[in-house]
Amino acid sequence: MAVQNKKLNLKDKYQYLTRDMSWEPTYQKKEDIFPHEDFEGIKITDWSQWEDPFRLTMDSYWKYQAEKEKKLYAIFDAFAQNNGHQNISDARYVNALKLFIGGISPLEHGAYQGYAKAGRQFSGAGARVACQMQSIDELRHSQTQQHAMSHYNKHFNGLHDAAHMHDRVWFLSVPKSFFDDARTAGPFEFLTAISFSFEYVLTNLVFVPFMSGAAYNGDMATVTFGFSAQSDEARHMTLGLEVIKFILEQHEDNVPIVQRWIDKWFWRGFRLLSLVSLMMDYMLPNKVMSWAEAWEVYYEQNGGALFKDLERYGIRPPKYQEVANDAKHHLSHQLWTTFYQYSYATNFHTWVPEKEEMDWMSEKYPDTFDKYYRPRYEFLAKEAAAGRRFYNNTLPQLCQVCQVPNLFTEMGAPTKLSHRQLVHEGERYHFCSEGCCDIFKHEPEKYVQAWLPVHQIYQGNCEGEDIETVVQKYYHINIGEDNFEYLGSPDHKRWMAIKGEKPADENQDAA
Amino acid sequence: MSVNALYDYKFEPKDKVENFNGMQLLYVYWTDHLMFCAPLALSVQPDMTFRALIEEILKPATAAHPDSSKADFLNAEWLLNDEPFTPDADASLIDNGIDHKSMLTVTTPDLKGMAGVGY
Repeated sequence: MAVQNKKLNLKDKYQYLTRDMSWEPTYQKKEDIFPHEDFEGIKITDWSQWEDPFRLTMDSYWKYQAEKEKKLYAIFDAFAQNNGHQNISDARYVNALKLFIGGISPLEHGAYQGYAKAGRQFSGAGARVACQMQSIDELRHSQTQQHAMSHYNKHFNGLHDAAHMHDRVWFLSVPKSFFDDARTAGPFEFLTAISFSFEYVLTNLVFVPFMSGAAYNGDMATVTFGFSAQSDEARHMTLGLEVIKFILEQHEDNVPIVQRWIDKWFWRGFRLLSLVSLMMDYMLPNKVMSWAEAWEVYYEQNGGALFKDLERYGIRPPKYQEVANDAKHHLSHQLWTTFYQYSYATNFHTWVPEKEEMDWMSEKYPDTFDKYYRPRYEFLAKEAAAGRRFYNNTLPQLCQVCQVPNLFTEMGAPTKLSHRQLVHEGERYHFCSEGCCDIFKHEPEKYVQAWLPVHQIYQGNCEGEDIETVVQKYYHINIGEDNFEYLGSPDHKRWMAIKGEKPADENQDAA
Repeated sequence: MSVNALYDYKFEPKDKVENFNGMQLLYVYWTDHLMFCAPLALSVQPDMTFRALIEEILKPATAAHPDSSKADFLNAEWLLNDEPFTPDADASLIDNGIDHKSMLTVTTPDLKGMAGVGY
């Protein structure tokens, strides 16, 4: 190409470094080079319509990110050198990090792989470049999150083997299966699932409350990660919206396909985020906002405006949105009592919330907490005080699609489980809800192969049928250190020693 | 509906009965007792009697609940896979029509859990 000016302006530079890196093939067929582009039924008539919201080239990307990360790692170092973990609100907070590093950080890594794969499959250069940038972002996030939290691993239990646990532990199969489902879909479904439904519609529910939660609880390492990732997240969200508009504008036949994906991935995302609801309401000793408030702001208001905007393309709000809206009053409480009863098999601790916390919940959940959930905790506290701390010694039935135990209740009937079942080719399948059952019905071939942790234990594929062996040997959860009740745990004792208080059990030394 | 794939996409179900070494899966949901957060997932012998299921498995599994010792499970209201069902206590599970991955729902009419909210 002939370059007119010695110094390129930004627009030219962007054009040369992105679009001009692409070419029309001459001796190979386009469909052989991009074999995944057509099978989902999405029709693209003109790739040049793809607009990059951020005109970023690789050279400026590296420069900008390197500067950001230099600052980030300087703060991590300062945090470690100053024993930052001693300044958090309470050691119970660290349990949120345990859930995050096993449940969310591996998804960042999954997203890195997913965008690398999807980007390879688009014949449009703009989409390829966007996927490449996001792929690298996600890899960086996975790494920086692990570095942000690694300091805690030196001082608290349960953070020592997150990647291994992500592949095996029963509740971590919820985020794992979510991402595996997205990554095994075609490239357009992947973008609709992750860029749009997750990054654009739902991700604020993870990042904003969680990062504010870290700030409120004195975790400067995680907060700093959050600020550092913010500019990337803003790019991802903008891309999510661009993606969906681009696909919808290309051909009207794309509308029903995209609508079904939005229905599916809204529901899967909502189920995944139920893990965040319990982080927010229960694991943050200093509360930021309730899950119900976060859902109202980040889904009902923002999502409401978004789907109003998408109406002109023939897109309606996700199916079962009303169920999700109704569930905001119950979700975190139902989840927490679930983890409470199964915390012999978790890498984090659970506890009965303290009185002030319950009063906060009564205020935040005026219609549900005192009626349905406070009595649960009063009973559980009484049992624990009598030396009978409740654990459910029988494994739960899991949903074939989202893999959460079938613990959710019917909309408007919070004492009745919203269980569904069906028979497909002679086999019975069970679901947590109509939403998950619908997803199965559309693609039964995909979900009949689900690796359900409870069933795998019973098949003898997890190094033994007794739970102790599974937990210790297969999950790598150290029994008596990582799991069980928080009160009296090694973490609790260590925290009391840090704070110069006596451990709860005076017969045992603080660790 | 069927999955949209690049090739003939067909896989064996992961949880066929033959993968359970002679056992079968059974789920039990005790309504209005959400102290047990989800239906219980049990690995049971297909030829065990219904009475043995109650005495040897269900009662110990639910013992932590104050209603458990009062519950007359054998004479409670049962559903098998959402259909009304009258168990034969001395017949085997399989002869009762309880096959692999079946779900039993039991309602104990006088026992509605704690605090009047099905806990």
